Amino acid sequence: MGELLTVNMGPQHPSTHGVLYLELVLDGEIVVSCKPHLGYLHRSIEKIAENRTYTQFIPFTDRLDYLASMNNNLGFCLAVEKLLNIAVTPRAQYLRVIIAELNRVASHLVAIGTFAQDLGAYATPLFYAFSDREKIVELFDSICGSRLTYNYMRIGGVSGDIPAGTEEIIKDFIKYERKQLMEYNELLTYNVIFLARSKNIGILTKEQALNYSITGPMLRASGVKWDTRKEEPYLVYDKFDFDVPVGIVGDSWDRFKVKLDEIEQSLRIIEQAIGAIPEGNPVSKVNRVFRGTGETYMRTENPRGELGFYLVAEAGFNPYRCKIRSPSFSNLGVLEELVKGLNISDAVCVLGSLDIVMGEIDR
Amino acid sequence: MAINEQIPGERIIEKFPGGEIILTKSEDLMKWAKGSSLWPLTFGLSCCAIEMMATGASRFDIDRIGSGVFRGSPRQCDVMIVAGTICVKMGDCLKKLYAQMPEPKYVIAMGNCAIGGGIFYHDTYSVVKGTEELGVPVDVYVAGCPPRPENLLHGIMKLQEKIKNAKQRSPNTDKK
Amino acid sequence: MQNSEVLIQIKNRFPDLAVEETPNALVIPKTALLEVSTFLKSEMAFENCHCVTAVDRKDKMEVVYHLYSFLNHFMLTLKVIVTLDDLAVESVSCLCRSADWLERETFDLFGIRFVNHPDLRRIMNPDAWSDHPLRKDFKRADFIPRPQSQGLKG
Repeated sequence: MGELLTVNMGPQHPSTHGVLYLELVLDGEIVVSCKPHLGYLHRSIEKIAENRTYTQFIPFTDRLDYLASMNNNLGFCLAVEKLLNIAVTPRAQYLRVIIAELNRVASHLVAIGTFAQDLGAYATPLFYAFSDREKIVELFDSICGSRLTYNYMRIGGVSGDIPAGTEEIIKDFIKYERKQLMEYNELLTYNVIFLARSKNIGILTKEQALNYSITGPMLRASGVKWDTRKEEPYLVYDKFDFDVPVGIVGDSWDRFKVKLDEIEQSLRIIEQAIGAIPEGNPVSKVNRVFRGTGETYMRTENPRGELGFYLVAEAGFNPYRCKIRSPSFSNLGVLEELVKGLNISDAVCVLGSLDIVMGEIDR
Repeated sequence: MAINEQIPGERIIEKFPGGEIILTKSEDLMKWAKGSSLWPLTFGLSCCAIEMMATGASRFDIDRIGSGVFRGSPRQCDVMIVAGTICVKMGDCLKKLYAQMPEPKYVIAMGNCAIGGGIFYHDTYSVVKGTEELGVPVDVYVAGCPPRPENLLHGIMKLQEKIKNAKQRSPNTDKK
Repeated sequence: MQNSEVLIQIKNRFPDLAVEETPNALVIPKTALLEVSTFLKSEMAFENCHCVTAVDRKDKMEVVYHLYSFLNHFMLTLKVIVTLDDLAVESVSCLCRSADWLERETFDLFGIRFVNHPDLRRIMNPDAWSDHPLRKDFKRADFIPRPQSQGLKG
């Protein structure tokens, strides 16, 4: 063993996906230890939750996992509905599923694009992914007037109906995206350089994944067939037919592939849901302020894993305590073990395949 | 647009017939060059960073105005786009990055959080209420939560205008 | 599966343990936490420590564990009550590695010390801070509360 060298990676670094700070100890090119330091984006969202009414807190959930704002909205609204026993209008249930799945596609596209960029495929895959994502973002823009922080879900329903003609746009998008998926496969998935860079790098075993409470695509890439949408369905997910893609080894490539396959499954769900949207008003008639007691824990399947909201209410308009169990937080915990013994360039590959968003890690 | 339209004002002294020769002050030429190749620092803090990436990606194409070269190192940058919420732990880092940038340097505060705390102004214990709180001077404010990519492009164009119309070359007046 | 079934199993195994069942959770005494969670992990298949957090009840603190069993599809909420003069509880990070960071976070935000934790440091806030921001009595000069609108008091 030669002389050890400590390298600070981040908090400002193009490959740390935000403001993560990694303290890497290197022996030549080999990573001896890696210590993640968090908190560079700690925005005290949990404290804010205690000082906002339930409805007022929905915009803050947008800013947790800002690549999947709709899914966060959904998670929080479902938690409040579970806590206060509020029924969701039937049309809103379908709209929520469609919107959440579209956002999952958008989020996975960014994950794929940035992962390829981390591996050195500068800009091209990212531009491909972003131009696909732009179509979804534009659609969301027409639905709720915002490109990134949507604030579309409301307690008991959604903020408004989708504009006329949206179904056609979504159907066209599904056709377009299927074609694009084939292109991603040609461009990336079985590309020799891409395989050489990501295959057998950062293997996460099944046991490790369970021990670290890994959820989402990362868990499935390690071979555990577990999807909350399938196993403990919420909304109307039990009415749709979709598969749960799993990986075999649990390496970086598997994590990439699972995400790519999940896009196809999301498209299947959207396709089925769009044909079955019931008529009616998706806007709920419940009050804007609520008062309730008790506590609840609601988890939903976010693009990055299981997002949990633990709400404690005590006879006020505001939640007494709101704990957000974010998937990236648990997923990042395993990084330390994964990168030990790898080349420093492979550490970037592993980090890219974890697909973290600092907004929900630090909250 | 021809080059003589972009170099501002009455500075073109004479255009020779049959030749593409422009006479101008070297200072104005420098301003034009500086404004047309603003290299931003890759400095995404939070949500706004995604919109910054979208601005750089295919649809909005920040390269049209010469700012597409995102650099990883502050020493190669002209403009720092503060894209997102600044937290106390990040504050020192931001100041250090600003200090590391070579003169002339410019700062764009992108989004309400970087302008003045935004929705994280009240009830937070760990958010710095704006870039200027840290003593980093801001040239252009781009409002929105997050601003649309068109908005950011407009902000960069405003900065170009500011650079081109600056009275003196001295960096002290370029700021603020 | 129900909370009560888990309760019966725990009662059978630890007959002289004062386990309470509230509508949402099982409350176990502080001293028995490690024992009970080892039992839950090895014999009841609650292998997944999903979430660790705390709730400040002003006169006491609750440490809340969400344990999940993939086998039974059941989420169990375990609670441990700690008094303000002794904010310490046994760490479960030896059973489930995911508890490591979650406990660090709880320590950072609430000041609950986890005994035998491998690396109990602050995780979010600067190391130099001495207070714990998610406590209800947290006060600081740069903390600006939002002006309350008249209609929403209470």
